[in-house]
Amino acid sequence: MKQDQRQARGAGARDIAALERRAVAVRRDILEMLTEAQSGHPGGSLSAVELVVALYFGGFLRYDADRPEWEDRDRFILSKGHGVPVQYAALAQAGFLPQSELRTLRRIDSRLQGHPVLGTAPGIEASTGSLGQGLSIGLGMALAARMDSRDVNVWVLLGDGECQEGQVWEAAMAAGHSRPDNLVAIVDYNKFQLDGAVEDIIGIEPFADKWTAFGWAVRECDGHDLEDVVRAFDWAQSQDGPACVIAHTVKGQGVTFMEHQNKYHGVAPTQDELARALAALPLHEEGGE
Amino acid sequence: MNGIFPGLTFGKATRDAYGEALRDLGGTHPDIVVLDADLAKSTKSFTFGETYPERFWNVGIQEANMVGMAGGFASSGKVPFISSFAAFVILKGYDQLRMAVSYPKLNVKVCGSHGGISIGEDGASQQSVEDIALACALPDFVVCVPCDEHQMRAVVQAAYEHDGPVYIRSGRPKAPLIYDATPTDFRFGKATRLREGGDVTIIAYGLMVAAALVAHEELKREGIEARVVDMATVKPLDVDEVRAAAADTGAIVTAEEHLLHGGLGARVAQAVVGTHPVPMEFVGLDDTYAESGDPEALMRKYGLTAREVVDAVRRVVQRKSGRAAGLGAGAPR
Repeated sequence: MKQDQRQARGAGARDIAALERRAVAVRRDILEMLTEAQSGHPGGSLSAVELVVALYFGGFLRYDADRPEWEDRDRFILSKGHGVPVQYAALAQAGFLPQSELRTLRRIDSRLQGHPVLGTAPGIEASTGSLGQGLSIGLGMALAARMDSRDVNVWVLLGDGECQEGQVWEAAMAAGHSRPDNLVAIVDYNKFQLDGAVEDIIGIEPFADKWTAFGWAVRECDGHDLEDVVRAFDWAQSQDGPACVIAHTVKGQGVTFMEHQNKYHGVAPTQDELARALAALPLHEEGGE
Repeated sequence: MNGIFPGLTFGKATRDAYGEALRDLGGTHPDIVVLDADLAKSTKSFTFGETYPERFWNVGIQEANMVGMAGGFASSGKVPFISSFAAFVILKGYDQLRMAVSYPKLNVKVCGSHGGISIGEDGASQQSVEDIALACALPDFVVCVPCDEHQMRAVVQAAYEHDGPVYIRSGRPKAPLIYDATPTDFRFGKATRLREGGDVTIIAYGLMVAAALVAHEELKREGIEARVVDMATVKPLDVDEVRAAAADTGAIVTAEEHLLHGGLGARVAQAVVGTHPVPMEFVGLDDTYAESGDPEALMRKYGLTAREVVDAVRRVVQRKSGRAAGLGAGAPR
């Protein structure tokens, strides 16, 4: 029965073209808020856009923006907390935050802290930014929901470099043992970390094998192809135990001069760069609603 | 450890009382979940786990993950009590305690067992001598060290009733009984005055409360009247009681089974220095780890007995009288 509800949760939201328009709007929001703040992490925010858009607008995350603490909501934890502009943009577009508030990112007295903080912006479920911790928190949430027989799904978005942290594998091992079927890990596998290419620093391959060995169902997808992302998320929701979606992405995706450029891991665009980027990301007339 | 606590009657270890109190509380509070990191038989959390296996998670040897999971349980409406050796849950879980518990002010109760050096033969790797300082450094954390089995039961109850993070240190050896029964008036942030005296105040927590009581008797024979305060809650500190000690007795000795840096002594000094600067002495571990050995022998070797408390009192009383006679740096008040 639970599975039927989950199918229902994702049903009716398969307008891929609409999701693509939404992704453009989210990208523009990210670039604008980071330029306004002159601080933050564009590369890893842009690489996760389609993943976050599919969750919030593809029918996967069940939420009520008017009741952000609704008990039966699904949980989304951005374990790679430095990518939070993508989540703030999604939360604003989903109605959790006024769009104008995005301009306050990283400013004093703002609810939009530089990394996610539980209890500040509505819709933020965990304080992250010290890497490696989100999957543990998500596992606790997933098990709490299971104990209470609540139909709550928990989605945790991890970075690839973040998976060098030992705690990720502690949580993966514990989840592989307790086997909650409502826990999904998504890895934004953009191949770069702050100091360079992941494979040059501490390679994580064979990556899918690692998750499999820890008892997870694993599926890889193209993290910028929304059809493929949606298929992978559908698959993840239907698994009997913890599921991991390894999404192959491009750091800085959507802004040609940022793509694959590690320089933009933690450097905000200039005004000139913003103008160039936005010119290449025209809003469709129905987009950005 | 009867040799260093003459005249006192021993009860259970505080860790035993922790497990029993948790089990008893679990019967009436279905929101309690208990996590342990493969030390449940040592921390005594297994006592809860045996009775409520559906609410007990042994996560294995992974303290960081345990703390993170507790954050997830707490933000889902559960009241997690998590335990491991103090040296491991605080030190290996510190970043997680900061990010997943303290910063979001989540309702997680942390019990660090085997606190101090009185665990004995296992040696310095297992002996927690930094946990109080580190726990006190976490914003919003209540930090508490019960001195006997009765007080531990009251502390577990108070921890459940308190909405926010709590750190409780428990001990391995049987602890001398300080109270006759579970105190009904226990509150976090409220110290207990166990003995009256006008010459000096000894402020202690945990096993050192027993050492302070032994010292009180010995000092009485010398004609020194020592007030004894059980400061079970190191944070929030009972500042009123500390300042009363300074004002009424003019000298303070703190005693703790912990490094001197950042522990009870440092907190008491901070509380008095602004308004009531009086002579102080500090009993504790002086910038050192301990070693393997019989618990009583260790407590003697590393200066954590009534004898060191008595010596500290003599020194501080001498300085106090020196100041009163105009020989010191200035009048205290």
